[in-house]
Amino acid sequence: MGDRGLVLDQLAIRYADGTPLLSISAEIAPGHVLSLMGPSGIGKSTVLAAITGTLPSAFRCDGTIALNGRMLNGLPPQKRRVGILFQDHLLFPHLSVGQNIGFGLPKGTPNRSDQVHGALTEIGLAGFADRDPATLSGGQRARVALMRMLLSKPEALLLDEPFSRLDIGLRAQVRSLVFERARSARLPVLMVTHDAADAEAANGQIISLPMQNGQSLPL
Amino acid sequence: MKPGVGWAMAPTVTIVLLFGPILAGLIGTILPAFGGLRADGSNAFSVDPWRQLMVEPGVWTAIWLSIKTGVVSTLGALAGCFLLIAGWHDTRAFRMMERVLSPLLSVPHAAAALGLAFLVAPSGWLARLTTPWLTGWDRPPDLLILNDPGGWTLILGLLSKELPFLLLVSLAALPQIRAAQSMRVTQALGYGKVRGWVLAVMPSLYAQVRLPVYAVLAYAMSNVDIAVVLGPSRPPPLAVLVLQWMTDPDLGLRAQAAAAALVQLVLVVAAIAMWRCGERFAAGLATRAVESGDRGVGARDYASRGVGLGIAMLVGGIVFSGLFAQSVWSFAGRWRFPEALPDSFTLMAWARHGGSVLDVTLVTLALAFSTAFIALVLVIGCLETEIRRGKTVGKTALLTIYLPLILPQIAFLPGLQILLLHIGAARGIVPVVFAHVVFVLPYVFLTLAEPFRSLDSRYATLGATLGVSETGALWRIRLPLLLSPILTALAVGMAVSVGQYLATLLISGGRVSTLTTEALALFSGGDRRAIGVWTLALTGAAWLPFAIALVVPRLVYRNRGEMRHG
Repeated sequence: MGDRGLVLDQLAIRYADGTPLLSISAEIAPGHVLSLMGPSGIGKSTVLAAITGTLPSAFRCDGTIALNGRMLNGLPPQKRRVGILFQDHLLFPHLSVGQNIGFGLPKGTPNRSDQVHGALTEIGLAGFADRDPATLSGGQRARVALMRMLLSKPEALLLDEPFSRLDIGLRAQVRSLVFERARSARLPVLMVTHDAADAEAANGQIISLPMQNGQSLPL
Repeated sequence: MKPGVGWAMAPTVTIVLLFGPILAGLIGTILPAFGGLRADGSNAFSVDPWRQLMVEPGVWTAIWLSIKTGVVSTLGALAGCFLLIAGWHDTRAFRMMERVLSPLLSVPHAAAALGLAFLVAPSGWLARLTTPWLTGWDRPPDLLILNDPGGWTLILGLLSKELPFLLLVSLAALPQIRAAQSMRVTQALGYGKVRGWVLAVMPSLYAQVRLPVYAVLAYAMSNVDIAVVLGPSRPPPLAVLVLQWMTDPDLGLRAQAAAAALVQLVLVVAAIAMWRCGERFAAGLATRAVESGDRGVGARDYASRGVGLGIAMLVGGIVFSGLFAQSVWSFAGRWRFPEALPDSFTLMAWARHGGSVLDVTLVTLALAFSTAFIALVLVIGCLETEIRRGKTVGKTALLTIYLPLILPQIAFLPGLQILLLHIGAARGIVPVVFAHVVFVLPYVFLTLAEPFRSLDSRYATLGATLGVSETGALWRIRLPLLLSPILTALAVGMAVSVGQYLATLLISGGRVSTLTTEALALFSGGDRRAIGVWTLALTGAAWLPFAIALVVPRLVYRNRGEMRHG
């Protein structure tokens, strides 16, 4: 696989006082999905925070994180080019749908509004640019959050239980859209979930927490 | 400059702006009290200021008044506040009281005091409403209800400003201590509402509101703006004596004023120390009460609930009828005693005073805005630095924020004035702005800290993964999301500045007039129509920023459903 994709090499997260929380090693190739499973409260989301560079000050991490051959350790979050989707989708409530989509476009992007409209059309929300995000359904929000993330041109995608608030029918639909998009953009995907169906649908490697003897168990 | 360095300086600048004036003021108080910084330029150690102070007629009574009015009003406000919450929290009556009492918080002290004066003066509204059928008077009686030598009217006035404040800080603390759950448990165990609350909720609530209580106690003991209106005059409480000597044309009185200011400081510190002992004693009583197993149901429960609601209603009644009385007077034509209402209504007082009221209102609001804006920028800088460093400040920092509210103003503002005069810097509005910042900043911080800290940090994470810098996250995400609390904090800061009396009067040497200083200056003249006009403008100036803080987010975010609820 070479140095393409997202590589976690003995990434270990501990509390500031030294108590270890978890450790993990993984290689995720472009277009592939790694699912990180386990009950809530186990620290799955801290792995994602370590990768985005927003680990709370109560935690420390050791080991290396590399993305397409770049070391991410020590880089500020803005420079890491890692996109993330949360379970609440977290559209910025003070911005319109269009402004949300365009939020991640770099300054001075030409044809800004064309890109925004193109993105909205792709997810079947043409004409929604001026809408209040509060008026969207859960599935629509999920799609807007996905496009907002993709337009910022990330090199990897992190998913923090992004489907768990959607009802069953919608969940499968949004899930396949996200995986399909990530595959076609050749993004390595790291998904944190407690839902086995999510992990199954990802059709990739699964790591299950908690670990024993410091080793994660393969499912 | 590296991005972010500017914000990182905010905590340091804040500390300097808070403590620079306080330290300078304390030095400027201590030196003249021992013979330094004399008006003729000489310096020599001396205890003469203390000797003069001790033989000043009435000074011991003044000291006693300071202690009595401060402690009694604080106890009353705390008891009223706690009994109201204990007996009525989560009821319709309580929500109504909450709605009534919270706007009272922003009524400036001077306006509230003048309102009470309108009610209880010999020819005030209470006398008019009860004369002659109840009192048998045919002219305003020669009774000292207002300015009674015992200070009881002053206590009532203090109580009516302190109770809403304590209620507000208590309500903010209640969710953190899971009061509702504890109450369900005590009631399931058969305890009366009030007793259950006092035993199960009050200890943790009190721990949360201890610093505000000390601030209230210190203010009540050392305030000037309420005491000059409602307090006794021969002698007045100690703080008023200090002010009289500081503003006396005889500059020789300043040394003994400084000595008296130090006495005031010691009194407040001693009172807080005594209060702490009282806390221990009360905790001991509570432990014994818990072990007794007494449930406190029935008549006693009803009685204490009644007292709580009664005190709260009294407070609301006083401030609102005061405001109403001021409105009526400001529009009154001929109004003979003991008629309950004027013969006619006219705009004459507004026409006569309108022009100068408008001028002073503009000065007051400009001063308030500059002050509150400086405070707001610094507070946002401090909170932003917290987020970037990833840790919130601890208990010490909270004490730091409260210190300017706990230290009596009268203990260091005279010294600051003496010092400024000494170096020739007591001119213009700039020193006044920075004196106001000392008292405004803590309130802005206390208002904004909670919303700022509890904002979902995932928004910033998202912003960062979308390539937005830390500064960009502040401007594009945090500040817009916090528009409503930011404007509220600004309004709180402006209301505090509008209400400042000593900081304006002393630091400007009487050369900057605000609505508060004008309204209080008019009080001795006794022209009720004029006072009515000025105090209404004063209350209006304090309320206006809150109205703006309420309306602007609704306009800006009229199409943003999630933003309309703050």
